[in-house]
Amino acid sequence: MVSKAASTAIPANQVPKLNYLNNGHTLKSWLLTTDHKRIAVLYLISVTFFFFLGGFFAMLIRLELLTPQGDLMQADTYNKVFTMHGMIMVFFFLIPVVPAVLGNFLVPLMIGAKDLAFPRINLLSWYLYVVGGLLITHVMLTGGVDTGWTFYTPFSTDYTNTKIVEAGLAVFIAGFSSIFTGLNFIVTIHRMRAPGLTWDRLPLFIWANYATSLIMILGTPVVAITIVLVAVERLFHLGIFDPRLGGDPLLFQHLFWFYSHPAVYIMILPSMGVVSELIACSARKRIFGYKFVALSSVAIAVFGFLVWAHHMFVAGISLYAAMIFSFLSFSVGVPSAVKVFNWTATLYKGSISYATPMLYAFGFIGLFTMGGLTGLMLATIGIDVHVTDTYFVVAHFHYVMVGGVLMGYLGGLHFWWPKMTGRMYPEAWAKLSALLVFVGFNLTFFPQFILGYVGMPRRYWQYPPEFQTLNVLSTAGASILAAGYLLPMIYFVWSLRYGAIVTDPNPWAAAGLEWKTSSPPPTFNFDETPVVTWEAYNYDEIPPWERRAPVAK
Amino acid sequence: MEHEAHNPALLHHFADAQQQKNAASLGMWLFLVTEIMFFGGMFCAYLVYRLAHFNAFAAGSQQLSILLGATNTAVLIISSVTVVLAVKAAEAGKRKVLVGYLVVTVLLGMTFLVIKGFEYREKFEKHHVPGATFNFTDTFDDNGKQIPVNPKEAELFFSLYFAMTGMHALHMIIGCGLFSVLAVLAWKGHYTPGYFTPIENAGLYWHLVDIIWIYLFPLLYLISRHS
Repeated sequence: MVSKAASTAIPANQVPKLNYLNNGHTLKSWLLTTDHKRIAVLYLISVTFFFFLGGFFAMLIRLELLTPQGDLMQADTYNKVFTMHGMIMVFFFLIPVVPAVLGNFLVPLMIGAKDLAFPRINLLSWYLYVVGGLLITHVMLTGGVDTGWTFYTPFSTDYTNTKIVEAGLAVFIAGFSSIFTGLNFIVTIHRMRAPGLTWDRLPLFIWANYATSLIMILGTPVVAITIVLVAVERLFHLGIFDPRLGGDPLLFQHLFWFYSHPAVYIMILPSMGVVSELIACSARKRIFGYKFVALSSVAIAVFGFLVWAHHMFVAGISLYAAMIFSFLSFSVGVPSAVKVFNWTATLYKGSISYATPMLYAFGFIGLFTMGGLTGLMLATIGIDVHVTDTYFVVAHFHYVMVGGVLMGYLGGLHFWWPKMTGRMYPEAWAKLSALLVFVGFNLTFFPQFILGYVGMPRRYWQYPPEFQTLNVLSTAGASILAAGYLLPMIYFVWSLRYGAIVTDPNPWAAAGLEWKTSSPPPTFNFDETPVVTWEAYNYDEIPPWERRAPVAK
Repeated sequence: MEHEAHNPALLHHFADAQQQKNAASLGMWLFLVTEIMFFGGMFCAYLVYRLAHFNAFAAGSQQLSILLGATNTAVLIISSVTVVLAVKAAEAGKRKVLVGYLVVTVLLGMTFLVIKGFEYREKFEKHHVPGATFNFTDTFDDNGKQIPVNPKEAELFFSLYFAMTGMHALHMIIGCGLFSVLAVLAWKGHYTPGYFTPIENAGLYWHLVDIIWIYLFPLLYLISRHS
């Protein structure tokens, strides 16, 4: 098994051949690289930084809510803290994380290409991300923002004195990073596939990233112009969203959620793609209902654009509009359920291994299902009116965003770590961290469902004493969760030097094209362009990995 | 990396020049899609408020000069023709003709911006620029009939007018810069009948900016001036 062999450390100088990691050692060779794999590593580092920054704000929130009074901070500071938590996690972690790290690394490898179609634009995307990130950090250090990540007008345009324009600019710039990534992926998937790799042979991770990219290029420009309008309204006192000047704040909410609801599918779809890969490999089976899983990604992307007003049921939209948006929101449940049922059906009679990636995939299926089902509750107008702006909503979207996206990302990172670095992570520690994440996550967020249902509103720094027990449980869970996230951070870095070197370039005996080149791959991915003559996930033709020696002894 | 001798413009990660051209072309079209969505947000706001404050928008619309707007429309349509001719010249390998059409296109773009500048100046003079000095009293239609207009709603019209035409003008400026660079590169002989993708793609961008104006002109200047 992987875990036993992983304890043997082998010096780095035995790595045999030239690969993307040792092809150039200067800082310049990294900062000016156009290699999609190196850009993925750059993203990995910067996204991890923002994850822990956003996590730091999450811990501040949980610490403040440990007691009913405002003892760690008062309202103003608390408002800024949850705003920074939201903005950093949404725009600088969840949206880029899977496409920009795993997608960047894997999309060309999985389709047998030498690079993305536009390598320089890919590098530009990373720089835009960094500039946006530095700007939001600057905002954070020089006073912060207190509107919540949603920039709702007229508070953001007329009343608050915090740094709206700068924060908006940061999001605007990061948005273009996202647009260029999406554009690059779509062109690459259309134009750069290896001979024989037809659309119905594509890995589901590719389908998921393709659907994600569609949302990125169709949705992100709308939020960009919306933020521009907020900024000009604030700077030049125009009245576009100001009711006193004839404008309408509801229009802002429509335009904002037209992007920001599909944005949650930008976050979750790539993780769903990861989970499809993990389950097929760990169960040694072709994914059940391949075409349905593939097209359900596209269906989610399409339906995702038609549900935004379910964020506005209590904002004053017409009842008829609300009913239609409620119905459409339910309809997104169908392709989502197709995925969950098909993953489960894939596991049926599979020879399942329980290595770390699969543990995360299991976590994803369970937590996403809970997040999705509570999403259907929220799509019901009656329940939504009752629990709008309560912790029920907070718990719901954290089940999808953290329980879903993060579980998929961590599972994928473990799965492709030997591909990216040529070294194995320590399996026992990884299993422990997967357990901590799962337990910590549920302890943090399940109490919040109950809190919200009995009426605790979100975004307050203090609360009535009867809510304290559940809040203490939640904060305790957050501490376990923090340990579960710090642990991989430590052992991944450790494994760069001391992790067992993978001798077999395909330690999982996985079916994807990305495993048919060396680990880590050479700069141009494949020595010669592969010709694909097989279907995706042809696991019945590949022996399970227990029969092979995955790492050096 | 040693490039293939026959085509120095072919990047290493493409199998052949055709694949590279197809990729660049698809990329440009997708970028244009994002541009449409970007302007779409403003068009959406304009249509919503136009319905909500119809009289004010009609009165605001009357303050715009159809003559200048129509002239600018003609200038842009001609510039689209010169872009097409530039692409055709690039395809035929006529270097000097190509440079000539690119320069004419830039000049036409600048003509548009200058005329737009005169229009903006008039708005400043009449205090039709939103803000503290905004003043809107011209609420009579062509027949001298008074139109009841809330000045705040008229200010909203001019807010959107400046936001939309301003964003369009910014795209025109970017386009002029783009064609200037391409003209220099074309003069140096960068483009051959086998490789002129940048000319084609910049042309696509220019056509899109034109089309956006083709929509802006009737929406802002023409429709329902007489409420």
